[in-house]
Amino acid sequence: MALKALDIFKLTPKKNCKDCGFPTCMAFCMKVASGAAEVSKCPHMSDEALSKLSEATAPLMKTLKFGAGNSEYQLGGETVLFRHEKTLVNKNRYAVAFCECMTDEQIDSKLANMKLVDYIRIGEQMKAEMAVLEYFENKDAYLKLVNKVKDSGLDIAYILQCEDPAVAKEAVEILKDSKPIVYGATKDNYKEMIEVVKGNKLALGVKAANLEELYATVELIQGAGYKELILDVTGENIKDTYTNAVQVRRISLKEQDRTFGYPSIVFANKLANDNPMMEVALSSVFTIKYGSIIVIDDIDYSKALPLFALRQNIFTDPQRPMRVEPKVYPINNPDENSPVIVTVDFALTYFIVSGDVERSKVPVWLVIPDAGGYSVLTAWAAGKFGGNSIASFVKECKVEEMTKNRDLIIPGKVAVLKGDIEENLPGWNVIIGTEESMEIPKFLKEYKAKKDEALANA
Amino acid sequence: MAFKMSVQKYSGKVSEVEIGTGEKAIKLGGEHVLPFYSFDGEVGNSPKVGIQILDIYPDSWTDAYKEMYKDVANDPVEWAKYVEANSGADFICLKFDGADPNGLDKAPEECAEVAKNVVEAISVPLVIAGTGNHDKDAKLFEKIAQAVDGHNCLFMSAVEDNYKAVGASAGMAYSHKVGAESSVDINLAKQMNVLLTQLGVKSENIVMNVGCSAVGYGYEYVASTMDRIRLAAFGQNDKSLQMPIITPVAFEVGHVKEAIAPVEDEPDWGCPEQRTIAMEVSTAASCLVGGSNAVILRHPKSIETIKTLVSELA
Ligand code: B12
Ligand code: SF4
Repeated sequence: MALKALDIFKLTPKKNCKDCGFPTCMAFCMKVASGAAEVSKCPHMSDEALSKLSEATAPLMKTLKFGAGNSEYQLGGETVLFRHEKTLVNKNRYAVAFCECMTDEQIDSKLANMKLVDYIRIGEQMKAEMAVLEYFENKDAYLKLVNKVKDSGLDIAYILQCEDPAVAKEAVEILKDSKPIVYGATKDNYKEMIEVVKGNKLALGVKAANLEELYATVELIQGAGYKELILDVTGENIKDTYTNAVQVRRISLKEQDRTFGYPSIVFANKLANDNPMMEVALSSVFTIKYGSIIVIDDIDYSKALPLFALRQNIFTDPQRPMRVEPKVYPINNPDENSPVIVTVDFALTYFIVSGDVERSKVPVWLVIPDAGGYSVLTAWAAGKFGGNSIASFVKECKVEEMTKNRDLIIPGKVAVLKGDIEENLPGWNVIIGTEESMEIPKFLKEYKAKKDEALANA
Repeated sequence: MAFKMSVQKYSGKVSEVEIGTGEKAIKLGGEHVLPFYSFDGEVGNSPKVGIQILDIYPDSWTDAYKEMYKDVANDPVEWAKYVEANSGADFICLKFDGADPNGLDKAPEECAEVAKNVVEAISVPLVIAGTGNHDKDAKLFEKIAQAVDGHNCLFMSAVEDNYKAVGASAGMAYSHKVGAESSVDINLAKQMNVLLTQLGVKSENIVMNVGCSAVGYGYEYVASTMDRIRLAAFGQNDKSLQMPIITPVAFEVGHVKEAIAPVEDEPDWGCPEQRTIAMEVSTAASCLVGGSNAVILRHPKSIETIKTLVSELA
């Protein structure tokens, strides 16, 4: 529970000595309670009071670190239930499930898929960042699996899913430099599991039959002094899992109960009944509603394209729209014969369009005026991307000195602007481009072919 | 401390809107709580899933659909009967691309005839979608509303530019249901509802379309708009935001690269049909946990998946 000023006041020496920079102890305590001052600013607090306070003023939801090197990740640390209230800070991660029971071919195929699905979208690397390695009963097969995935050349983080502390210990030994998550603490084995993780301060996954048991188990583990936890919210079925995911997050942030103040893990693979599209549906649901790690059976582009795109959207900062700088962007080494092409300064649009222009291999000058950071139609509807503003930017940005070509290609969605721009830009020939950026390569190649032919005939 | 469920009681409730007639009529809305939050209270009618068809041959759709519908897609009546029998969708959305002034520019009278024939050939409810051209839609909906009188259809949509005409014909003269469309903004959504109710359309005859995009294409704005609308409807008991939400997911997914880029362009990406389904499923699932009471999809496999998801969550 959050502390009130009065509770903090009871812990101060009540000297009103002003060493903290505030006129009275009470004034200081009010600042601390609102989060505007640090307890440590009072040099006269007893150690006991300090530890009590730092606990109570700690964030409601723990930020958990795991993995190493390029695959070090953070989960949790959220402060709000809805992204419009503030910002979601640590995006969820997708993990592919492996198990000791799989054949070498099955393992190889999943590893190959994980290698294949690795791409950039709007400046962000997209790949399944983790592997779950599940143990059943055959220790040798399990350790072989751990070694095989470790030696696969994939740069990922690991979850060792193993409830047998002795086996988990050996697996941790293999992966300890990669700081794996160890999943499998229950109300029965938690003491031994803490022994497995505590030396390396590894994150510990906690599972239970239901929320009551999960709550009681976390209390036991916290009581034993361990707080690097991740909570399995997967239930018997989809409905229970949804309830668990929402409840854990809500009890943490709204009820301010730190027992559930940890990131979660959802085994979408276990709920999907071997239906990959159901896995996509569930992964989407839990990307929005409070899954921190989402485990899927396998990865391919049909799953990755929507899921990574959704995640990228949900975890953008609502207070900071993604924009690019208005200016001229040369693409594919343009020269004095290359055409000019226009788009808006919304980062999403820029990355999609510039990527497709690059794919066309046709050299162009990409001109981006200040369009308020909006998409093409949004900017147009908001009056920030019109004939006038495009024309004046073309003049201002000096692209007229960079090329002698006077063809100006505009987005198909704002075809209506053609007349307006031509009126404001005498000497220029406005060409209406395609509606979708995807069609740009074909469009530009045909444009260039025609241009080259005309030149040859001239 | 003992474990205790966190329960949130709200005073507001989403209104209940019925579409269609007879046994297959559907009800949207009626919930007191955020989507599927059964631990908080009444979840209302379970969300419904519709299938999109067109009044003309789907030239712009990918090959998988042309193959799937090759025997029926030239005739909207046959097409409608086919999807009713085979898709499991709760309703059909007939979109009049053929009336688009930038395309075939079919006359409202001709379209009204098509709508009438379709609605009489099926028993599931019919949602009528226009061209997106506001002037044309006003004229189109007026004629169609008259032709399908008594069938209790939903018209998508009235926008700020044409709400008077659409509200007066579809909403008032013929007592159909009116879609109130706005551009991903809580205040605009509210304004459209207020305008329509002030005009005289009853609030229980309004369904909102608060805007949509495919995941990855500005979807964060859609997600937050829905969150805010639902929180205001429940928490602040804001009557002007308590209409059910319908989201035409297919209209948005139908043109994004992730769904439709041919294999030659993106050899690593695999089959476009599979990608289309995944994009529809992901966008629809996101909308449903955001607050949509109905989604419109295109691929039968997406519909099957989302219907299963809904029945598992409800
Ligand atoms: C998210 C969104 C917003 C966000 C803004 C996000 C942003 N940064 O732009 C917010 C919520 C702020 C917003 C606000 C508004 N919006 Co808005 N918004 C959307 C939404 C849902 C998605 C836009 C998006 O991100 N698209 C993705 C990007 C990548 O698309 P794009 O920029 O067009 O780029 C594509 C193509 O144009 C092409 N392309 C781009 N450049 C080029 C260049 C060339 C040469 C070529 C060939 C191709 C090409 O490639 C891209 C991929 O194919 C759309 C609806 C929709 N689903 O599209 C409505 C939409 C664009 N908005 C609309 C409106 C009306 C508005 C408002 C004016 C509403 C209002 N009255 O206040 C405001 C304007 C802002 C303001 N108040 O000042 C309308 C526009 C209607 C119209 N046809 O004119 C839309 C279509 C919704 C609708 N159906 O009503 N919006
Ligand atoms: S420094 Fe400590 S004791 Fe002195 S006024 Fe501030 S809070 Fe009180």
